[in-house]
Amino acid sequence: MRESTIMKIHYGTALAAVALVAVHILMRLTQGFAESLEYESVIANYRFVPYAIMLELILVLLSIHGFNGLRVILLEIRQGRTYEKAVSYGCFAAMIGLIAYGSRTIIMTNMGMI
Amino acid sequence: MAQLVGIANEQASTPLSPSKSITLRISRFNPGHDESRKFMDFAVPYENWTTVLEAILEVKKHLDHSVAVRYSCRQATCGSCGMMINGRPRLACFTKISELDSDVVTVEPMNNFPIIRDLAVKFERLFETHQKIKPYIIREDTELESDEREFLQSPKEVEQYIQFANCIKCGLCNSACPTMATDSSFVGPQALAQAYRYVADSRDKGKDSRLKIIDDSHGIWRCHFAGSCSQVCPKGVDPAMGIQLLRGYLLGFKD
Repeated sequence: MRESTIMKIHYGTALAAVALVAVHILMRLTQGFAESLEYESVIANYRFVPYAIMLELILVLLSIHGFNGLRVILLEIRQGRTYEKAVSYGCFAAMIGLIAYGSRTIIMTNMGMI
Repeated sequence: MAQLVGIANEQASTPLSPSKSITLRISRFNPGHDESRKFMDFAVPYENWTTVLEAILEVKKHLDHSVAVRYSCRQATCGSCGMMINGRPRLACFTKISELDSDVVTVEPMNNFPIIRDLAVKFERLFETHQKIKPYIIREDTELESDEREFLQSPKEVEQYIQFANCIKCGLCNSACPTMATDSSFVGPQALAQAYRYVADSRDKGKDSRLKIIDDSHGIWRCHFAGSCSQVCPKGVDPAMGIQLLRGYLLGFKD
């Protein structure tokens, strides 16, 4: 993939994540902040499908943005064909892993398995 | 023979007026012999108009002829005498001692360049990246037919790139760039500014090939917009702005 395409995704995910995280924080403020973090409130959020979808989107956006940022930092620290390939594929694999693990948590909680 | 001796004597006996003096600290390092850099101090007389390069040449002439320094035009045109002067990349011929406002003037080789000896550094990487971005007008009809005129440009079209044409390849921008310090494959602000210079030229048709070259994992996207390249340019070129304008092409904001 061209670097400009990757960076367009990088900037796009950042903007979208800022918007969605802002909604997420505002939702925490609709009730008392401490109260909103109580176990029942958190579980209720996960079981509310639109909110669970939003959490899933935040997870995907931040994972893409964060792991690409990590890839960029690591590419600037050291150079070399093998190292750069390892960094790129490693970051991609870690991103998929995190999204899969986070999605599993969201889906299981939404379905009442937790 | 007598005349030659006379000329030599005259050159050797023209020290600068000793009305004021500074301590010139020169970084000394020979990669072939030395393990680390060391500084040597020299007391050098100066006047208000004395440049750092003149002070270094004064040291070479009267105190230590073994100091290695690259210079040529002495008028900020050739871009040969770039060095760190009191911690900032500057042209030695374009920096007056009086404007530094310091009793000690420290000169070191430019950062982000391999050292040949003392203040002289290797420019291979800069020239390689400069050549890489194809720093010339690309078009198929470069050979004019007899009844054709030159490729005319309006003042507005010239304005798009003319400041970037002032680059003298002195390397100060690359020396100041924080990304150049860590990323040995980064194309650098000098080459990126020159890429913009040709991309923005209305006579040039090589935009796509140049954008492809800089759209690399060590290309334009590794610039963090620190802006230090523009701060240190002695010719008023603004590489940081050129890089942002180039990004406009790659992001689709400009055609």
